[in-house]
Amino acid sequence: MKYVDEFRNPQLIRQASEEIHRLADPARHYRIMEVCGGHTHAIYRFALADLLPPNIELVHGPGCPVCVLPMGRIDEGLSVIEHHNAIFTTFGDVMRVPGRHGSPLEHKARGADIRMVYSPLDALRLARTNPERHVVFFAIGFETTAPSTALTLQRARNLGVTNFSVFSNHVTIVPAIRAILESPDMRLDAFIGPGHVSTVIGARPFAFIANDYRKPVVISGFEPLDLLQSLVMVLRQLRDGRAEVENQYDRVVPWEGNLPALRVMADVFELRPYFEWRGLGFISQSALKLRPAYAAWDAEARFAMPAVQVTDPKAAQCGEVLKGVLKPHQCKLFGRECTPERPVGALMVSSEGACAAYFSYVHRRVAAAV
Amino acid sequence: MCLAIPGQIVDLHPGGHLATVDVSKVRCTINIDLLEEPPVSGEWVLIHVGFAMNRISAERAAEQLRLLAMLGEDAQAMAELDGYAFDG
Repeated sequence: MKYVDEFRNPQLIRQASEEIHRLADPARHYRIMEVCGGHTHAIYRFALADLLPPNIELVHGPGCPVCVLPMGRIDEGLSVIEHHNAIFTTFGDVMRVPGRHGSPLEHKARGADIRMVYSPLDALRLARTNPERHVVFFAIGFETTAPSTALTLQRARNLGVTNFSVFSNHVTIVPAIRAILESPDMRLDAFIGPGHVSTVIGARPFAFIANDYRKPVVISGFEPLDLLQSLVMVLRQLRDGRAEVENQYDRVVPWEGNLPALRVMADVFELRPYFEWRGLGFISQSALKLRPAYAAWDAEARFAMPAVQVTDPKAAQCGEVLKGVLKPHQCKLFGRECTPERPVGALMVSSEGACAAYFSYVHRRVAAAV
Repeated sequence: MCLAIPGQIVDLHPGGHLATVDVSKVRCTINIDLLEEPPVSGEWVLIHVGFAMNRISAERAAEQLRLLAMLGEDAQAMAELDGYAFDG
């Protein structure tokens, strides 16, 4: 427990760690998935595995939106600027995600009009100040960002902005968890539920994990103590043979979620019949597309977008890492061809990606020690 | 993108859609349409991509700011706030 004293509340951290050691049955091996990429980042940043007994294995889940995006979607989004002289806008995380012919950032370096924005409303403003151009917003994210895209589309419609469209890559977390639970090589014992996604959707949508699959779920905050307390709650459920949804983060996450956000999402979006997830394959009803009422602002309805299917670079093992079959450093490209400076796969791009987090905190520490 | 930034409401703009928030002395404009009730000056909210997503206590706001610093994401969060460029 060499890092404990660096924490804000070392005494409580120590107690939680000791409680985890007490609760963990030495005869068992525990595989617990943290769904959210923010949790993955925190787990590596705070080296929380050092505070756990060796028979507790944390498996990194699919909750990093750029990581689960198939490469072809980048190429499809970029096709709009090639054919329609549009301005392509997106969040910083997407700028460095490689497509078949390079990332948006590399396209920008070659002269394409690609602009990073911090909010979908920034993209809408760009459309209003450039009425002679078309502005497409490459939208991405789980339910934390989908309401913001939806509200921006409502604004565009109310304001009558016609030179603006959205290429929706929004995904929903619940079907991905269900797909993992249905997968034949599923060996998970419990879940740490996402914190900020749950502020929007609430804790209720996770009930199926407990009711249908008899696995404990604890929705967790992001501080080291939050994550350790959530593990204590998970282990108590497992010890007692209970499977429930518990909310460790109830100071922020309401059971019912954020109703205005859910309403605006329901007005603008509908579920796609299916959507491809990197590493997980096609998952039915797992992503959001614009409703027909918003077709005038739907890049997929307005432009002939090629359905680009791109297989990942052969040597990259993003899919295996995403499914928890391989640890990041077990990928053949990790730390050599694929680094945060020159990512081959998206898991190396975002700070919420397992590979980038592992590289930044574990790989550098190990390298420094050798 | 998935970690929220806390901000304190300083001023509500006419029209009811926007508010000015203060985060560690940086001021920026955010949208407040996703809150059930309009916030009042002095209240704290959690911000995602330019939108207030929920109200939080001052204590939770301080906790979230500390977390961003601990994760090394505070500079990026401030750049994001500084980068919001919408006005309607």
